[in-house]
Amino acid sequence: MGNVLNQIGIENYIFLAVILFCIGVFGVLYRRNAIIVFMSIEIMLNAVNLLFVAFSTYHQDAQGQIFVFFSMAVAAAEVAVGLAIVVSIFRNLGSIDIDNLKNLKG
Amino acid sequence: MHTITLLFILLSAVTVATAFLTIFSKNPIHSAIYLVICFFSVGGHYLLMNSQFLFIVHIIVYAGAIMILFLFTIMLMNLNKEDEVHKPRLQRWSAVLFFFLLCAVMMLIFFQSKPIVGDYDDLGTDYQSIKVLGKVLLDSENGFMVPFEFASVLLLVAMIGAVLLSKKEKSS
Repeated sequence: MGNVLNQIGIENYIFLAVILFCIGVFGVLYRRNAIIVFMSIEIMLNAVNLLFVAFSTYHQDAQGQIFVFFSMAVAAAEVAVGLAIVVSIFRNLGSIDIDNLKNLKG
Repeated sequence: MHTITLLFILLSAVTVATAFLTIFSKNPIHSAIYLVICFFSVGGHYLLMNSQFLFIVHIIVYAGAIMILFLFTIMLMNLNKEDEVHKPRLQRWSAVLFFFLLCAVMMLIFFQSKPIVGDYDDLGTDYQSIKVLGKVLLDSENGFMVPFEFASVLLLVAMIGAVLLSKKEKSS
């Protein structure tokens, strides 16, 4: 299994990561539910992590995987704070529709 | 010979399909479950690339911690009903258009680029077992000790912030 990139090729991993990232962007633009938007952000982070691991295997260097660990730590922190914000929005407005959050007139 | 390619195609199909289903399913709980399957298949990709430790960490952090958080939040807010209003049709179609445009642009960029390190050649060295990863992470000279400590500070701050944000305010 060590020579997986010989058979698949780095290009296919790049295409998979690009498609996953674009699905994440699409989800952010398409849905109004704030939790689904968060899930789309997680999909985007996963696409980037996958590309990191693919290139870490390509260069046979462990530093790419170390970076993935840090990005996982940041993702966990981001989800905890983000979901707390979503809960407090739900408490104040009664819904988590992001199109209702127009108080800042952004 | 062909089993790895077949596995890759299968895992990629599952990953992309469940990612789409996450976005398109109406019920947030179904979305969360599809997202778990998506994370597991991404973990399968890690295992295919022989990074076992990363696979374990990925399963623990994403499927274990983050998805439980999502599911608990969904259940706390009692959102498992299907009454979400869609975005206006123009915004939805422009989102679809943007998806295809972004895919095309990024893929064309990667098609045009040329690798600078040459072809992949398996050297047979061990670079992703726990032993090597620990040495690279916590090496005293050019390791990642300072970012490692900052990650702990980040997690502490995120924990305090989450508790403060979700605490009920006292009505005065």
